[in-house]
Amino acid sequence: METISTIIWDEDAHPASPFTVNECRCCGFDIYDDLLKNASYIEYLYLLFKHEQPTVIHALLLESLSIALANPGPRDYSVRAAMNAAVGGSTRASAMIAALSVGAGNLGGAREVFCAVDYWRRCGFDLEAWQRLLRNPPSQRATDIWLPMEHAPGFDPNGSVCPPPVEKTLNCLQELGGTPALKWLYEHRVQLEAVTNCPLAFSGVAAATFYDLGLVPEQAEMLYLLLRLPGAAAHALEQEKMGWKNYPFFTEALEVKQDS
Amino acid sequence: MEPKPTLEEYEDNWQTSMGGMLFDQDIVCAVLLRGKNIFTDLHHKSWMEYLLFAVTGHDDPKLARLLEAIWVICTSYPDPRLWNNRVAAFAGTTRSTGHLAVAGAVAVTEASIYGGKPTLRVAAFLSHVHEQLQQGLELKQILKNELQQNGKIYGYGRPGFGEDERIRPLLDFVKEARIERGGHTELVFAIEKYFIRCKRRLRPNIAALVTGLLLDQGLNAKEIYYLYILGFSGGFLPCYLDAQAHPAGTLFPLRSKRIKYCGAAPRSWSLK
Repeated sequence: METISTIIWDEDAHPASPFTVNECRCCGFDIYDDLLKNASYIEYLYLLFKHEQPTVIHALLLESLSIALANPGPRDYSVRAAMNAAVGGSTRASAMIAALSVGAGNLGGAREVFCAVDYWRRCGFDLEAWQRLLRNPPSQRATDIWLPMEHAPGFDPNGSVCPPPVEKTLNCLQELGGTPALKWLYEHRVQLEAVTNCPLAFSGVAAATFYDLGLVPEQAEMLYLLLRLPGAAAHALEQEKMGWKNYPFFTEALEVKQDS
Repeated sequence: MEPKPTLEEYEDNWQTSMGGMLFDQDIVCAVLLRGKNIFTDLHHKSWMEYLLFAVTGHDDPKLARLLEAIWVICTSYPDPRLWNNRVAAFAGTTRSTGHLAVAGAVAVTEASIYGGKPTLRVAAFLSHVHEQLQQGLELKQILKNELQQNGKIYGYGRPGFGEDERIRPLLDFVKEARIERGGHTELVFAIEKYFIRCKRRLRPNIAALVTGLLLDQGLNAKEIYYLYILGFSGGFLPCYLDAQAHPAGTLFPLRSKRIKYCGAAPRSWSLK
């Protein structure tokens, strides 16, 4: 029989049926006899990604980041995608799919975080290395399904000043201690913004946090997608009740040029 | 900081030549796509001709027919074991909806071992080699360079399968439809001959032939990639419907023993 190999999940079958689970463990911890009583949700989330228990600081760090990212707000494109689904009466799953699809991209999305964590891996705490990389970003293969990055990952190309919520999050997270990347970013933010000509964005704070948590870009990309979904879900449910008549259609906002 | 285009300029102001609805008071008086009126210019087009025009701006019924044949012959197997089809089939066995089944399956089709990524890479590779040949370089040297740089030749070999069974039927269609085979398609087989001479068992897979044919029709790699996105969808719904017609939760069930755990030994959370 073909099997699935995993270092995350272990289970044995119930005596009554080979298809019914009896006990299951996550990375060695009994989920329903141990984690359910003794671990927080954030600790379990960390365990799933890192396969080890978090330190107190790491659990706190992930929890704080989760709060900061949980709701990007109803102006965010990924949340708007979810609300868009909702006001038209689409399935709730489609609202989540819409939020993930839109929130996956290079601009403020999970792909940007992937690239930003990669920048951390390349530059670490070397300001000159950061300045060199930001001025000469890596060229992307023409055969990549992702469009080339049009701005420095972790920074907002459409922003003019660093939004206070981003500043406050960075400040709060770096104060936790044991967070060298966040501390370094806090100390060098202005210099990096001067090179990029763009203010720091939530994606940049998230990337530094993920780097401090020891996550690789792939893990960071996945977690960022996950952590931003609660707001999309909540706003979708709210707008579903309000309906399309109370939601922007941009009736007057589009002009079709007919001369081409 | 230097001045940038401001969002204020774009607020409630989306100017486009791609298309949209035109209103006269509250009535939709026309719908345009790339300057053509859907009701009066495009209404006789097949759906594939419309899609081709939407993506590329080309009005080319013969190319649309080729795309359609590619979708039927090459990318719409109704087999729930195939990775993307399986998503649709799982949605059927769990009694999810048809749209969600197809949405999930379309999204996962942007894969590395099939679908979106290889298609784009093969198209870019053939296009690149063709250009280099036109500049006078030798195929042997180009392929050696490519193997040195990437360690493989995109479009050759097929994970999990032998010779690609779709090549013959597609070539038969091309012959019957009198579709011209140009330099890119010939290149696909020239590379195969090179591998045979080198005694390497690398046969072209269908992505190589498809992209060769489409490049010969004047499409570029990105256009081929976009036109391929829905190309697998013909296989999704049969898999979804079939799973829906069977008892719920019966598609490829896994018993506990089939999870092979190879992680940490049992431990206790409280004993950090």
